[in-house]
Amino acid sequence: MAKNIEEEFIEEDTQKGKYLTFVLGNESYGIGIEYVTEIIGILPITEVPELPVFIRGIVNLRGRIIPVMDMRLRFKKDFVNYNERTCIIVVDIRENSVGLIVDQVSEVTNIVDEDIVDQPMLSSGVTNQYIKSIGKVGTDVKLLLDCDKLLTHHEYDMITKVGE
Amino acid sequence: MATKFENEPMLEIYIFETTQILDQLEQVVLSSEKSGSFSEDSVNEIFRFMHTIKGSSAMMLFNNITNISHQMEEVFYFIREKKRATVNHSSLSDLVLSAVDFIKVEVNKIKNFDFPDGNPDAIIELFKDYLIYIKEINEVSGEIKKPESTKKQQYYIPQEKKHRDKNSNLFKAILHFDPGCEMENIRAYTVIFGLTEFMDEITYEPPDIAENEQTSDWIRENGFHIYMKTGSTYEEIDELLNKTVFLNKLELKVAEESDFEQSARAIEPSINLDGPVIKSPLNEIETKEQVSSAPQSMISVHVDKLDGLMNMVGELVISEAMVTQNPIVASIESESFLKASRLLHKITGELQDMVMSIRMVPLSTTFIKMHRIVRDMSKKLQKNVVLELSGEETEVDKNIIEHISDPLMHLIRNALDHGIENENERLNSGKELTGKISLSAKNAGSDVLIIIKDDGKGLSKANILKKARENGLLFKPEEDMSEREIFNLILVPGFSTKADVTEFSGRGVGMDVVAKNLEAVGGVVIVESEEGVGTTITLKIPLTLAIIEGMNIKVGQSRYTIPITTIKESFRPSGKDCIMDPDNNEMVMVRGNCYPIMRLHERYDVKGAVTGFDEGIMIMVEQDEKVICLFADELLGQQQVVVKSLPQYIHNFKKIVGIAGCTLLGDGNISLILDISSLAGLRIR
Repeated sequence: MAKNIEEEFIEEDTQKGKYLTFVLGNESYGIGIEYVTEIIGILPITEVPELPVFIRGIVNLRGRIIPVMDMRLRFKKDFVNYNERTCIIVVDIRENSVGLIVDQVSEVTNIVDEDIVDQPMLSSGVTNQYIKSIGKVGTDVKLLLDCDKLLTHHEYDMITKVGE
Repeated sequence: MATKFENEPMLEIYIFETTQILDQLEQVVLSSEKSGSFSEDSVNEIFRFMHTIKGSSAMMLFNNITNISHQMEEVFYFIREKKRATVNHSSLSDLVLSAVDFIKVEVNKIKNFDFPDGNPDAIIELFKDYLIYIKEINEVSGEIKKPESTKKQQYYIPQEKKHRDKNSNLFKAILHFDPGCEMENIRAYTVIFGLTEFMDEITYEPPDIAENEQTSDWIRENGFHIYMKTGSTYEEIDELLNKTVFLNKLELKVAEESDFEQSARAIEPSINLDGPVIKSPLNEIETKEQVSSAPQSMISVHVDKLDGLMNMVGELVISEAMVTQNPIVASIESESFLKASRLLHKITGELQDMVMSIRMVPLSTTFIKMHRIVRDMSKKLQKNVVLELSGEETEVDKNIIEHISDPLMHLIRNALDHGIENENERLNSGKELTGKISLSAKNAGSDVLIIIKDDGKGLSKANILKKARENGLLFKPEEDMSEREIFNLILVPGFSTKADVTEFSGRGVGMDVVAKNLEAVGGVVIVESEEGVGTTITLKIPLTLAIIEGMNIKVGQSRYTIPITTIKESFRPSGKDCIMDPDNNEMVMVRGNCYPIMRLHERYDVKGAVTGFDEGIMIMVEQDEKVICLFADELLGQQQVVVKSLPQYIHNFKKIVGIAGCTLLGDGNISLILDISSLAGLRIR
């Protein structure tokens, strides 16, 4: 028992500060590695009618059926056809498996706390709710996603309610 | 309390047995009450049930249960002895049922590893009063002496005993219990039970402790005598006996062989430990019952395991299809391969059927529970109501049963509370005094119908409409609403509030919960009613959730699956049969009948689909007596599909009309399963 806790602790620790970075258009984003379960190439997507446009449909992930979300459309960018670099990052957010379609996955990188800054309050007064903070890696800037809010606050509430 | 953990394995059996007995007891009481009197048989039965519970509870040291069952036994003992005793049946039933409820609560506590600490005194007092009361009305003075048991008793001794060495020790022990500890016989029995493990042979005096309570008095006076033949030493036995609960005084001495034999002869129940294991037959009925349950060919399995098995088989069915429908496989021209793959298909099919049938449970247990509700409610509301059951042998999936048991209870309650009128009203409207609720079940294709019908006052359309208007639930002009739509209003959340219970029939309190529960298992609620005549509520539930026979169709790049049971036919209409009304609703004439057309590509906005009627295919489907023609590109073939629900995340976004779930096709693609009844509902009222 005690050992388990210890192991868990160590595992937690090794994941701390690690981010999987990916590219959407010109920007580079980062997502906490603890959410990521796997990265796969693009799969045939089955469209599901009557859903918001950014939810492309569902895919068959080895017998599991999971929804996939196009991150470009999610962030209101233009749709780009999928190619061999397109990846699906499978994340587990509060026991919901969701696939995120991104242009390209870059690497897993360490970002220490000192290199993470809060995103500036934009003059418009609107903060981007999906971006938690901004990480600096060398000269690059990574926008760090707030996974819990990725399903948006509203949706997230609904899920926990169903979970209960 | 340490005892309960020491007795762990026994505890499980105790809980199982006691729950079972309580259920049986409840049924006996209810049926006796219905027939208006406690027959001799049922009195015997109840007496025996209580006796068993008392015995086992005392052994497990659950004193409150022991006490209450003892008191109940006492009452029934009296009734049994005074065969012609006049008894107030209804109050007796109340009393017994309240005791049953009490014990149920306690057993539940035990299940949760709490100690049963409920206080039965109030109920015991009632029993005592009742006993005095029936004694009075039956003019009996004093106790009826129980006849001493003359039966030759044999005791249960574990079989796996090995015969110890011949030089075993002989002991004689006399135990005295604390004065006032009560139920000395049971305590003595516990002692014997604990000892047998260490004994080669054991006899005791008085012999019939487990059955005869009068032995308590004897033990109180003379102590409890045990003669033992054992491999254990004096110290071991001494230590064992000293652990006895409520032990006051212990005399343990080495006995002579002759002494032992003498005692063995003197006291009838000498037990040869090498002999067969015989449970003491309390009386004939019990032996019979044990015989009937002896060839146990049932095992109980945890539902989780079944679910796991179910999933595995589901995966197997899919992968079987993946293999045999693989394009490469199709090009293999080998007779033996074809044979083998057909065999594989057959076996997986049978396996699947088997797993499904394991999960099927008859509705009878759920139905029978309703008797109790009807009884309690009709008493409380002072309405005379009978519940008629039929078709309770109908089987449905275990998962579904869990979902419908609460709604059923609710509907029955509603029928009783709001449906059935009180006696005066019934008399005035020329109905029979006794209200009737019938609960029936039957198979209808791939569905099971559960029908709850009462002959009460029915639903008032005017009142429903009024209520709906007040709560702003009307979604279209009242004149346009069909009868069914009006009745369905009572299923809408927020339709009813507590205040209107007396106003009109008041149904609707929680009816939305019923509808929601049914929806969860893919069922529907159908309400029919005629004012003054009664209400019929039909629950239509699918036989099973997990696997359906489906027809796969293609629309553009999307695949859909239609449950095969809904398909009537498929055809390609000639252009002149297709007509369009001024509102752009398309219809098709088939053999003189006109059916609405639904273009799936339009409905779900699928790009690249066939649009001309002469190129695609029309599939006529029927559900809930609504017929509609779906227009698709082509039929892909029939396949058994495992129904999977859409991911929770998508569910949360929106409930997509007309899509029941999804499934994996043989080629690994996903197909969406169409929900014909809601699709048809879009086009047809």
